[in-house]
Amino acid sequence: MGGETTPSQTVGPYFSIGLGWLNRGDLAHGASGGERVTIRGRILDGEGQPVPDACLEIWQADADGKYAGPGDSQETSPAQGFLGFGRIPTNDRGEFSFTTIKPGSVPGPDGLPQAPHLEISVFMRGLLRRLVTRLYFPNDPANPEDHVLNLVPAGRRATLIARPFAGDPHILEWDIRLQGEHETVFFEC
Amino acid sequence: MLRYRRPAPGTQPELLHPAYVSSIKRAPTQPLIQLPHTLSETTGPSFSKEVVPPKGFDLTRQHKGEPLGERIVVSGRLMDEDGRPAAHSLVEIWQANAAGRYLHKADQHDAPLDPNFTGMGQTLTDAEGRYRFVTIRPGAYPWRNHYNAWRPRHIHFSVFGPAFATRLVTQMYFPGDPLLEFDPIYNSVPVESARKRLISIFDWATTTPEIALGFRFDIVLRGRNATPMER
Repeated sequence: MGGETTPSQTVGPYFSIGLGWLNRGDLAHGASGGERVTIRGRILDGEGQPVPDACLEIWQADADGKYAGPGDSQETSPAQGFLGFGRIPTNDRGEFSFTTIKPGSVPGPDGLPQAPHLEISVFMRGLLRRLVTRLYFPNDPANPEDHVLNLVPAGRRATLIARPFAGDPHILEWDIRLQGEHETVFFEC
Repeated sequence: MLRYRRPAPGTQPELLHPAYVSSIKRAPTQPLIQLPHTLSETTGPSFSKEVVPPKGFDLTRQHKGEPLGERIVVSGRLMDEDGRPAAHSLVEIWQANAAGRYLHKADQHDAPLDPNFTGMGQTLTDAEGRYRFVTIRPGAYPWRNHYNAWRPRHIHFSVFGPAFATRLVTQMYFPGDPLLEFDPIYNSVPVESARKRLISIFDWATTTPEIALGFRFDIVLRGRNATPMER
């Protein structure tokens, strides 16, 4: 048994029928500590038009840098009840919003710590495969040394770092641009 | 450090596939950057039995009456390229009804909705990676991608596997469908042998007398690299 990986296909326009039951915009639920943040933004297509039929999936560690899934062999335990997963659709105006806690640092290549980040999958009609990106936190002292950020051409790194929202330190803004001058950096995962 | 293999060239769709018109303004234009596989990519969410409705596997039993259409059993295994099963792993599906209509406000196709069919299902694989759904065969339906465009009958599948890196959303097609040849989404996979893995197999073993035809659809996730060096 086995063989080659099954090809990806688009989620199409009607994915909310099958995926909406797991929509979950409060990732902070179950977290025992950590700084609460709300992250909001828009997804924009090549003409700058908002994308109303997209869906994000977030995967992140808890405030201590521990992942809730079975694959994390670090010796600490994740906060009880913390899942680290969220699925967030865009609304009719192409906007998304979710609340979470800022994750701790997790080990990167060669065991060096990575800057706190969220792993993000993007699904929508028109995408034959998911897009993979990362969200980093503004002004984190670990950002300049982060291995993955440093793989990105310096002029494009800012697309991966959320912006503080003037007026509320617990709100961050982050847009996903599929094309154009400030196209978000996407990864081959 | 655990790493997942990259797909062989041509076995996954390109992001920009102009024949699929929606990809033109939505596919990124800059080259993707290779992401090293760290703990962030080699871990992933797991979903417990408490989360998944126990009857989520049967799409014909979600309403008072039975949905119209041809009842089918769709089953298979979720495993990786090395044959390692993805055990207790979430599988989600969604689909049109027998008339080719989705229960969705954006679907304006002039075909009837079925009050006894929602078209969504979810289940967990067993310890050997096996899953099973009971549903009805979805209809083909027109879309506006090009003149006289019709989607072949298909069921959308969403699977997670063990890691963020193995997340996969795909579509299952039916054997012998004459529309496959004309479908830009199916044909977005360059290599024919890879494309054909999207077509389910008629299966006597799961065909149930007097009840339902069986179709088998195995889903293969990326395999793991044995060595830390990436080729």
